[in-house]
Amino acid sequence: MPHDHDHPHTLLPSDPALRVKALETLLIEKGLIDPATLNEIIDTYENKIGPQNGAAVVAKAWTDAVFHAALMADATKAVSDLGYYGRQGEHVTAVENTPETHNMIVCTLCSCYPWPLLGIPPAWYKSDAYRARAVREPRKVLADFGVVLPGSQAVKVWDSTAEMRYLVIPMRPEGTEGMSEIELAALVTRDSMVGTGLVVTP
Amino acid sequence: MGGRFGDGPVFPDDESAPTFSEEWHAKTLAVTLAVGALGQWNLDISRHSRERLAPKDYTRFSYYEKWMSALADLMVENGVVTVDELASGRSSGVSPLTEKRFRPETVASAIASGGPVDRDGPEPKYHIGQLVKTVRPAGNAIVQGGHTRLPAYSAGVQGKIIAVHGCHVFPDSNAHRLGENPQPLYSVSFNAIDLWGHAEHPMDEVILDLWEPYLVMPNG
Repeated sequence: MPHDHDHPHTLLPSDPALRVKALETLLIEKGLIDPATLNEIIDTYENKIGPQNGAAVVAKAWTDAVFHAALMADATKAVSDLGYYGRQGEHVTAVENTPETHNMIVCTLCSCYPWPLLGIPPAWYKSDAYRARAVREPRKVLADFGVVLPGSQAVKVWDSTAEMRYLVIPMRPEGTEGMSEIELAALVTRDSMVGTGLVVTP
Repeated sequence: MGGRFGDGPVFPDDESAPTFSEEWHAKTLAVTLAVGALGQWNLDISRHSRERLAPKDYTRFSYYEKWMSALADLMVENGVVTVDELASGRSSGVSPLTEKRFRPETVASAIASGGPVDRDGPEPKYHIGQLVKTVRPAGNAIVQGGHTRLPAYSAGVQGKIIAVHGCHVFPDSNAHRLGENPQPLYSVSFNAIDLWGHAEHPMDEVILDLWEPYLVMPNG
């Protein structure tokens, strides 16, 4: 008998890939999960939902003053109107970078992230180093991303401790005045919408 | 772990990297969502199950190993699978929950409808611009040692209310099946220097979303 009844997971194989396989096989046999459902979930997050959604929001905010105002007033409604409501994005706030303020998002308690707008978080966002350091030394963390902010810009770090999800609206780079919404969206990086990157002129 | 020292550099990745670097990462996420859809626990119970992993496991496990291990523990605790089934890898029979299984044709609509947590609840006691202080120590006041969303680094610090979000489900209750107990939720801004004793820059701030029971009047 296992000696550690409090932690049933210790009964699973130690290799993580085998551990998942063992769970998956058992759950399919018990009729609790359907392989087609798993494939559908994976396909959704690999191919349908990702940072292109957030980039479309940012580009629209840059070019459409009415949408910009609506986004800053009630981001949940504004992104829902574009079809970007959903799981892990039920409550959304947009925070806008300006010459005075740079915003940056973290979840120190787990890995909360605006899934419908940015997809599944990258490994660095979920790493202990990012979660531990972003709140205490955001500027040193930004340096790990090659970003150096001027002393005139304050940093606001948003720790996603509740179900509110944050989207950073980066500053529109100079020299993009003639660009279309679609061209602009292509410039917007995932990291710029988490606040660990900037959008630069191509 | 917010504020902890010693974790080393952050390693950014290439934005064109695949969503899941390993197939088993994708499978872990999908299995966790599919089993969650059986409705045997809520999001707060699920988060708490990851936090309840033994500290040595929490530290050594990779991200998706935490998910998978916490899921295995939750399934046994809630009678979804038995310890014997987990140990042997063999099913003792089809589960009565099979009728509730997450079907492929409902994945898109379930992801699109999400699970909002705003509720009717008490009137907020604080207003925008008001100074407040977080309780100390940071801990669950209802269940000793239970789930809470007030990070330790922010306990006992003065901050300012910058947004009022209405009432949201209170994790300290909901993670322990004590009801949703909706409480007013605020965004509270703290000066970095008040949190850490020194700051990289005197103007830097950290903002947290905190439920009313985590807050007291500054002199309270």
